[in-house]
Amino acid sequence: MKKKLLNGPYLAWMLLFAIAPLFIVVWYALTAEIGGERSFSLANLQRVFEPIYLRVIWHSLKLAVISTFLCFLLGYPAALILASRPFRRRTILVVLIVLPMWMNFLARTYAWLSLLEKNGVINSVLAFLGLPALNILYTDAAVVLGMVYNFLPFMILPIYSVLYKIDHSQIEAAQDLGATPLITFQRVIFPQSLAGALSGVVMVFMPAMTTFVISRLLGGGQYTLIGNLIEQQFLTTYDWGFGSALSLFLMALLIVMGGLLMRSRGDNEGGLW
Amino acid sequence: MRRARMAQAEEIIRLKDICMDYGGGLVLDKLNLYILKNEFITLLGPSGCGKTTTLRIIGGFEQQTSGDILFEGKSISHLPPFARKVNTVFQHYALFSHMNVYENVAFGLRIKKLSEPEIARKVGGVLELMSLPGFEKREIDSLSGGQRQRVAIARAVVNEPLVLLLDEPLGALDLKLRKEMQIELKNIQQSLGITFVFVTHDQEEALTMSDTIAVMKDGLIQQIGAPIDIYNEPKNEFVAGFIGESNIMDGVMHADYRVSFAGRSFQCVDKGFAPDEAIDVVIRPEDVKLTPAAAGMLRGVVNSVIFKGVHYEMMVSVGGREWMLHNTQMAPVGEEIGLDIYPDDIHVMKKGKKLEEKTA
Ligand SMILES: Nc1ncnc2c1ncn2[C@@H]1O[C@H](COP(=O)(O)OP(=O)(O)OP(=O)(O)O)[C@@H](O)[C@H]1O
Ligand SMILES: [Mg+2]
Repeated sequence: MKKKLLNGPYLAWMLLFAIAPLFIVVWYALTAEIGGERSFSLANLQRVFEPIYLRVIWHSLKLAVISTFLCFLLGYPAALILASRPFRRRTILVVLIVLPMWMNFLARTYAWLSLLEKNGVINSVLAFLGLPALNILYTDAAVVLGMVYNFLPFMILPIYSVLYKIDHSQIEAAQDLGATPLITFQRVIFPQSLAGALSGVVMVFMPAMTTFVISRLLGGGQYTLIGNLIEQQFLTTYDWGFGSALSLFLMALLIVMGGLLMRSRGDNEGGLW
Repeated sequence: MRRARMAQAEEIIRLKDICMDYGGGLVLDKLNLYILKNEFITLLGPSGCGKTTTLRIIGGFEQQTSGDILFEGKSISHLPPFARKVNTVFQHYALFSHMNVYENVAFGLRIKKLSEPEIARKVGGVLELMSLPGFEKREIDSLSGGQRQRVAIARAVVNEPLVLLLDEPLGALDLKLRKEMQIELKNIQQSLGITFVFVTHDQEEALTMSDTIAVMKDGLIQQIGAPIDIYNEPKNEFVAGFIGESNIMDGVMHADYRVSFAGRSFQCVDKGFAPDEAIDVVIRPEDVKLTPAAAGMLRGVVNSVIFKGVHYEMMVSVGGREWMLHNTQMAPVGEEIGLDIYPDDIHVMKKGKKLEEKTA
């Protein structure tokens, strides 16, 4: 009884802020305004599958996958180093990794803008060293860079948290049984960190797939990603129906991909869930 | 004594002047120890005396601050754990939690690249030996403490190492299983011809299983020898107190074979002390004979009696000091009794020996 009572506020919260918006989105996506009245229609959803939009979705998917992959390549070794440091320095390192997350997201991304500009910091240094200028601003490379920079902590932290929890005596036991450090990593450390890696992949892939700020600032004004497309429907063209349809499609895509990832693991103990 | 008994045996491991300091003072202080082939040697001592540290240094998990370790005559101090020909049964199992029992036990064999049928045969055999048949597919999480411990032993034994290091491997077992496993381990050790370096703080376990016992305290070996010698001839008060129960009291060695304590002079079997040298006397509770009050060498009054299953444990006050007696006969509380002690049962220890090694 008591438990149910305590569930009340939580349920109300969920209804108000999670379920209700979802219904609004579904309602807008599945209706269209015909003669001043909204009625059921699949037109919005059909538009999503027009080649021009499919291309945007494909492009978003590609950049998100590349960013997630790069985050994993950078984040896994970082987490490994972090988990193997003596305790005091480890805390400092974790703080250093989390620190940029406390800084405003926009400010961080603007910082990259000024770094990457034609006459920005990086090119000034390159020029000073007599090296050719790097002109990646307003390209996919800059967007990927922005994503990797912004989302890397979301990869490192869950992996670190599972690596840190691996009982060190298991590593000793593996070595005792003749395993070199490489074999120890392959057979004892890596398998036990999969849950964390999975969490990291999901936590990077989701925002990478939905971002519109990074692509707008570092990718130049044109809408390059599905996030920008959705933003535009709501803020510029006021086509809430199409915007909702895109959102719904994106959501379905993420759920399917997330489900597939989870399935591939079987269980997901350990991660950040 | 130990040398004489195993005169033919070759030495397999030697620890030379091993010192260990984790940063808070010496945990091992110039430890010297040699271990013979096929020997069952036990490191026995109270918690924190450095038993685990000694094993970890032999296994390569801890680098000694100074000193050297020889394996078959060659220094292995610089070798990482995976290159040392010893296997360890860890104090807290250290089983691989993401693998089932079979994969845990097969781990070392896979690294040696044995064929699958060979691995299956060996794993099956060792699980049988550890009374764990049918446990192959079980996850580690689903095992009881005792079962985990046996898997940990199986995982090490299956590799048939030359030397097996066991850190309190029977600690989590109930008394009955513990006794069974003691016999089982001893059998394994003898039939496979493996050298066992065994750690325990259970003196009874050490006495029943070992060929040799090294009694440790504060990072120092207090005494090393066969169980019977350590039991009968403890070298100092600490060893006497740690191995079995004993009555330890001050005495004076008047001359060779003549000792006095408890206000009386006794004949004994010890010699070679300075005239009137102050010494400690150890008398085991079971070595004191009960006699009628008038006939005894000493007299005492029974303060308490507890039945211990096989014998009675009596606390008897003798000239103002409490003695512990073990006897199959009992005397009622309050009764005056006589006590007899034979020369053989009086163990004389040098006074200074108590802890002089630590300070030296
Ligand atoms: N990694 C470490 N860092 C600092 N001190 C340590 C470390 N490991 C052990 N010690 C200290 O070294 C001493 C010996 O420890 P050790 O684990 O060898 O004892 P032990 O004889 O195995 O005890 P137990 O019977 O409780 O297992 C203890 O005082 C312990 O606190
Ligand atoms: Mg220990």
